[in-house]
Amino acid sequence: MEKIEKLTVSASPHLHSGASTQRIMLDVLIALCPALIASAVIFGLRVLALCAVCVAAAVLAEYISRRAMKRPNTVADLSAAVTGLLLAFNLPPGLPFWMAAIGSVAAVVAVKQMFGGIGQNFINPALAGRIILLISFPSAMSKWSEPLGWRGGLDALSGATPLEALANSGALPGKWEMLLGIRGGALGEVCIIALVLGGVYLILRKVISPVIPLCYTGTVALVMLIAGRGDLNYVFYQLCGGGLVLAAVFMATDYTTSPIDIKGRIIFGIGCGLLTALIRLFASLPEGASFSVIIMNILVPHIERLTTPKPFGFVKSGKGDGS
Amino acid sequence: MSAKIAEGVLGAVGKYRGGVGVKHFKNTAEMEVERLPEPKRVVISMQHHIGAPCAPLVKPGGKVSVGQPIGDSPAYVSTPIHASVSGEVSAVGELMLPNGRIVQAVTIESDGEMRQFEEIAPPRLETKEDFIKAIRASGLVGLGGAGFPTHVKFNIPEGKKVDTLVINAAECEPFITVDYRECIDNSWDILSAIELIKRFLNIDRAVIVVEDNKPEAIKTLARVAANMSLRFHDVSVMSLKSRYPQGAEKMAVYSATGRIVPAGKLPMDAGCLVINVASAAFIARYVKSGKPLVSRSLTVDGSAIANRKNVRAPIGTQISDLIDFCGGFVARPGKIMFGGPMMGLAVTDANFAVLKNNNAVLAFLPEKEIPESACIHCGRCAAACPMSLSPTLIERCVKIRDIDALKKTSVDACMECGSCAYSCPARKPLVQTMRLAKSLVHEVKKL
Repeated sequence: MEKIEKLTVSASPHLHSGASTQRIMLDVLIALCPALIASAVIFGLRVLALCAVCVAAAVLAEYISRRAMKRPNTVADLSAAVTGLLLAFNLPPGLPFWMAAIGSVAAVVAVKQMFGGIGQNFINPALAGRIILLISFPSAMSKWSEPLGWRGGLDALSGATPLEALANSGALPGKWEMLLGIRGGALGEVCIIALVLGGVYLILRKVISPVIPLCYTGTVALVMLIAGRGDLNYVFYQLCGGGLVLAAVFMATDYTTSPIDIKGRIIFGIGCGLLTALIRLFASLPEGASFSVIIMNILVPHIERLTTPKPFGFVKSGKGDGS
Repeated sequence: MSAKIAEGVLGAVGKYRGGVGVKHFKNTAEMEVERLPEPKRVVISMQHHIGAPCAPLVKPGGKVSVGQPIGDSPAYVSTPIHASVSGEVSAVGELMLPNGRIVQAVTIESDGEMRQFEEIAPPRLETKEDFIKAIRASGLVGLGGAGFPTHVKFNIPEGKKVDTLVINAAECEPFITVDYRECIDNSWDILSAIELIKRFLNIDRAVIVVEDNKPEAIKTLARVAANMSLRFHDVSVMSLKSRYPQGAEKMAVYSATGRIVPAGKLPMDAGCLVINVASAAFIARYVKSGKPLVSRSLTVDGSAIANRKNVRAPIGTQISDLIDFCGGFVARPGKIMFGGPMMGLAVTDANFAVLKNNNAVLAFLPEKEIPESACIHCGRCAAACPMSLSPTLIERCVKIRDIDALKKTSVDACMECGSCAYSCPARKPLVQTMRLAKSLVHEVKKL
């Protein structure tokens, strides 16, 4: 046998599942597509331009900030694109492009890259970007477009979102309109059917586990059932109104800012649900999903400390640890 | 009927947490083991497992025959080493093992005659002590990969009650099929060995565990067990869900009996004795013939191998001889390893020689290296860990050298099965990190 040269000598394992960060992010983008299409139908083609601005600004901000910090370019992992699109989903359809771009840049640079880039941010960048915009441009961030208003050729503004209507006993859209998204709200949050479809795709692709979305929405449903004294109608509007489903499927399941153990995920989901319900019921804000998820994000390290599983073979009392 | 195919109690007691569904690649499953024509030269290491190395008993120029002891040690955790070909000792010197350790080794130039050592005779077995002594003399170590001396396992201390013998034929590593061949081709040996072990070590019941991707093995073993049923009480064949690392000792015990081996303890602390199926079959043959462990079966496979085969080769055969027998390489290989792709050890060249515990030689064509990226905290590593550790947390502690935090992670429980690194989307070399973590913890302990 001739001499063999340059063999790779690396540590085991020598097989890999093929999973990659890029593929995971691509799956999230794919899962967001149904809601994006639905939004374009409901609010007009402008939402596509708004999403494109957010994504472009996020990707550019990622590229430039990595260059400036002399770190390897990570645009290809698609996480900046996901952040940009998720931020866009949380914006009013009629928001000026430049404001949206500021939100994207703030999310990527201030929340993500300043803390070390992908995997290091302690709160969800897209939600943080939304809150930065909410505080910076409060009136523009609460101007909701009339659903299907683009068909009349006018950029009509509706008065209230369903949650606002629910809080002030205003007129509510019908049930099917709620599920299809024919109502006022942030551009990506309205079409519940499309969001659930995206969530099912992510669960089937094993990108997310259903634990957090179920615990989150389940807790909100339970609290609202009590608050509404058993009125299922009230529960329905609470679940489908606002950004709850978008937050439960796409925001609260963000890997970096949620726990990895199932027990931790249950606590995290219930916590998000309780906070959302409490904010909606008692705070001056009609919507609380963004704040609740961010507050729970901050608590993740503590939840993880409490829920680290005992290794196999370790008895609960802490005895027999063999050391 | 006393022999039965029991469904793995996995479903009943809940399967062990974690693990990964790896592709099986059992390409050589239907290939009977072929005997390698004796190689011109064998290089036999004086150390094959943890414990004490052997001292060479021969000198350069000496003549040896097959089965003649060429190395031994007075230490308890040690097994004698025998010549695997007949011929002349050409060198007794230093050798680097694939893991980098330098050991003594005996090189024998074969005379092509494969003359048997005259003193070989079946062992006289009357008591448990005779049995354990004979097993030591046979040179047997765990053939499944770990290579732990079998006689040490058999020496169950006073006060420990072992009631279940687990014969491990799970063979969860991809590519490797030699244990499967043992089940199909030597099922009588396996069951005879069970009878011997049960009798001499006074163990009540025996369970043969096989992953459910090997239905033929399950059927064959169950049929043979049923035919021998008069002599057997409580021998069952159990089909376990194919999920890597099902064959890991602690996982096998849990799946077979629902018992958890306490951390840092041995299966005997859960009342079990776990023996690899090929080791068991060897015991039966040894008791009949008295021929010590001088050869073993290996799967030779991988994308760079021209004709994949199962080969029976003398201990000390060099990788290059095995690969030549399998038609050589189809193209320049990128990686060659001893063992399976999940836990196997990559080697630097093809001159390394087969140790007693090597069950495969795999060679793969070069693959595109995908660089490591940042951890995204997805939790796949923790979900895949059969020991319920948190590799992402351990990695973080290693990075910042936080030894106190590292101690709390129980990293010592890691068996380096590779499930975490296999599932990591960031391609982190987590097994390497676990090894580093363990040595960091131990370094501090020593201080």
